[in-house]
Amino acid sequence: MAIAIVLILVAVGSVAFHIYSPWWWTEIASNWNQIDLTVVITFWITGIVFVALTLFVAYCVVKFRYSKNRRAEYKPENKKLELWLTILTSLGVIGMLAPGLWVWQQYVSPPPNADEVEIVGQQWQWSFRYPGQDGILGTTDANLVSFDNPFGINPTDPAGQDDILIEGDALHLPLGRPVKFLLRSHDVLHNFFIPQFRAKMDLVPGMVTYFWITPTRTGEFEILCAELCGLGHHQMRGGILIEEEDTFQTWLAEQQTFRQIQQDARLHQNRPVKIATDAPAGKE
Amino acid sequence: MAKATPTDIDDLETADLPEMDLYHPKSFLTKWVFSQDAKVIALQYATTATLIGLVALVLSWLMRLQLGFPDSFDFIAPTDYYQYITMHGMIMVIYLLTALFLGGFGNYLIPLMIGARDMVFPYMNMLSYWIYLAAVLLLAATFFVPGGPTGAGWTLYPPQAILSGTPGREWGIVLMLASLALFIVGFTMGGLNYVITVLQARARGMTLMRMPLTIWGIFVATILALLAFPSLFVSVIMLLFDRLLNTSFFMPHIIEFGEKLQYGGGSPILFQHLFWFFGHPEVYIVAVPAFGIVSDLIATHARKNIFGYRMMVWAILIIGLLSFVVWAHHMYVSGMNPYFGFFFATSTLIIAVPTAIKVYNWVLTLWRGNIHLSLPMLFAIGFIITFINGGITGLFLGNVIVDVPLSDTMFVVAHFHMVMGVAPILVVFGAIYHWFPLITGRWLNQTLGHLHFWITFVGAYAIYFPMHYLGFMGVPRRYYSLGETAFIPDSVADLNKFITLAALVVGAAQIVFIFNLIYSIFWGRKAERNPWKATTLEWQTETMPPRHGNFGPQLPRVYRWAYDYSVPGAKDDFIPQNQPPAPDEEAAPTGAPPS
Ligand code: HEM
Ligand SMILES: [Cu+2]
Ligand SMILES: [Cu+2]
Repeated sequence: MAIAIVLILVAVGSVAFHIYSPWWWTEIASNWNQIDLTVVITFWITGIVFVALTLFVAYCVVKFRYSKNRRAEYKPENKKLELWLTILTSLGVIGMLAPGLWVWQQYVSPPPNADEVEIVGQQWQWSFRYPGQDGILGTTDANLVSFDNPFGINPTDPAGQDDILIEGDALHLPLGRPVKFLLRSHDVLHNFFIPQFRAKMDLVPGMVTYFWITPTRTGEFEILCAELCGLGHHQMRGGILIEEEDTFQTWLAEQQTFRQIQQDARLHQNRPVKIATDAPAGKE
Repeated sequence: MAKATPTDIDDLETADLPEMDLYHPKSFLTKWVFSQDAKVIALQYATTATLIGLVALVLSWLMRLQLGFPDSFDFIAPTDYYQYITMHGMIMVIYLLTALFLGGFGNYLIPLMIGARDMVFPYMNMLSYWIYLAAVLLLAATFFVPGGPTGAGWTLYPPQAILSGTPGREWGIVLMLASLALFIVGFTMGGLNYVITVLQARARGMTLMRMPLTIWGIFVATILALLAFPSLFVSVIMLLFDRLLNTSFFMPHIIEFGEKLQYGGGSPILFQHLFWFFGHPEVYIVAVPAFGIVSDLIATHARKNIFGYRMMVWAILIIGLLSFVVWAHHMYVSGMNPYFGFFFATSTLIIAVPTAIKVYNWVLTLWRGNIHLSLPMLFAIGFIITFINGGITGLFLGNVIVDVPLSDTMFVVAHFHMVMGVAPILVVFGAIYHWFPLITGRWLNQTLGHLHFWITFVGAYAIYFPMHYLGFMGVPRRYYSLGETAFIPDSVADLNKFITLAALVVGAAQIVFIFNLIYSIFWGRKAERNPWKATTLEWQTETMPPRHGNFGPQLPRVYRWAYDYSVPGAKDDFIPQNQPPAPDEEAAPTGAPPS
């Protein structure tokens, strides 16, 4: 009997935990409400199945508990029942998959007018590049990475000259404009994850990956690395600031372009450029 | 599919061999150490797997201590933590569960349940164990080499796995890769054995569609493993080359801490494809034997035929087949071509259908059964619940867009522990309580057994159910510590403490179980023959425990499927598979598969 009670507690308790526990997703800050919606649909469908099956098992162990005077039913198959269960399950699966694929279609199709911003990851820090005046990110090559050119921008590419480089500062983005992140890594896999955006993607050395969002509320958010990238993985954090358009433009105008940084570097030959060499700190 | 009917078989020459004296072990050494008896090899596999599994258990305590009390344990530095997760994950998945289900249960049960004297290649079977042992020792050795074991995560993703930002780059990763290669060699020897034994050595009358589902599960899982492990093998060898010979299979141009490395042109994503082409079927290599075993536990202890036997067999086969076309659901956010997402989400969710059918059939077997709440049944019920739970969260992660926020978070950790950690392990326990009397002739202590069950089932649920919600919130996995993170409220620290305490208690219960095992082998209450009144052949041997050669001078002859429980009109509520039909017995009842 104890098992029946525990099973009922598991079913009821899980639902109660789901409803009343304080741990739930963060307030969304991007356009991906549909992801949340798909999660909710999935919760309903699977939750009903879970509760129903658990209670059914609880019922069976009470009702059909062993008795010497009874025999179990001998009925090896029930084609009709099996067919119905298969059909119902398939409908449930379609009910989750169809909206899921529909949202995925949007996730992989950035709007043509999306701003491009490059995210560069390396052990264990984030840096960012805006395309600058011309709206085009200059070409890059890992072979060109050096102290003076930490992004590996091709110096002969005119499109790269006005690119705006951000190191050691937060990523600023204007509110309400779709942005396509182009992700690049110099060393190992990383993952660009902002829980409030509901979106993430790996950074893979040797290639450029992407995803897009539209920020829907202002505020400061944290970038977490979500792909194991060595000892400093848990410390590979960055900041994101979602601002009103004009605040953002003011900030952007104050940042240095690739050309300016190159000139500075030639002026002061020995200017130290920050390259990630900090070992991750353990416990203090 | 075997066409032979019992009548055809009557005309066949008997293939029974005369007692072969030469083949029986003569000394302690050949009986218990270099044994060629599948039953002894099974115990060797099981003991070794359990011992290394205990290491993984201790590592899980250490990890949980760090996560629950991030500032209290000075001896756990980030290096240690990442080494713990890697070794814990790898041991649990490969060296414990795969070895235990196939090398342990497979070796013990295949010959006995299909009515054979032994595996078809006993010598190779023995070699398989010794190579496995070497692989385990090599793995354990990484704890003692300079730099310690690798901290690359059990997925060993390059480039990180072989670069210096990851612990164990010098020795750990090299030995890990070598150990995996050895494991695969050893497994292949055993695996070929299991498959060929099932295909070639079944007793007369044991058609494929009369086999107990345990054998179906182990059989299909072994085929999956034989097809999947080669993919791991090549990726392991290529990664070893990248590490030792500076090839660039998986390594693009890399600037490590400002310094250019000598690599270029390789693809990290290629490794992930190879790894998961193995890694996803691996989930089923662990799950499918559990499916099979739990079906038999439920049927036996509910005194009822398994509901929809033929559907169960087909479901196992379809799941096995489909498990080879879903691998990239582990890579939705890996940067592979995003359009793959459509295909892999669809194939993944299709697998849910045969899987759900299996679950329905288990619970429908309980319906109108005559249920003994014995320990194996309790564990089976525990399995059903945790498996439903873990299967359901698989629908979240399989549905590509839902995976985007959840992948690489604690949701994933909770999901796979539920579905391939807790659920199969509950089946392992149920199976041990079920077959212990057969193996040792004694009972496990039932009081300790109940203690073990309740703590493990309720405790594991308490550990993993709330953990999903940390994932929803966005807490990443493989984090040594969360530090200050704005979106993570303080209550998360409390939850983490709670989970850690639950994990420690559950861990302690396993120590009780190990004690029970050792105690009962020597001092347990003596068990009568076929104590569960089961139909399958392993319980119908001349002696319990069965001797070398399993059956007496005559191999059993099979007349019926494995699920003749509570047959109307029969004297007892079970009819062993080797019992000839009574003169007045109807032909095979409807639904029982035709012979
Ligand atoms: C009491 C039992 C167990 C506890 C408390 C436990 C705990 C943990 C913890 C704390 C982690 C690290 C999570 C993270 O930081 O990402 C982990 C990882 C893992 N565990 Fe377990 N575990 C247990 C049993 C198992 C079992 C039975 C399996 C078998 C499938 C398993 C397989 C894994 C795997 C594959 C990983 C991932 C390792 C990685 O990220 O590379 N665990 N476990
Ligand atoms: Cu990382
Ligand atoms: Cu998978």
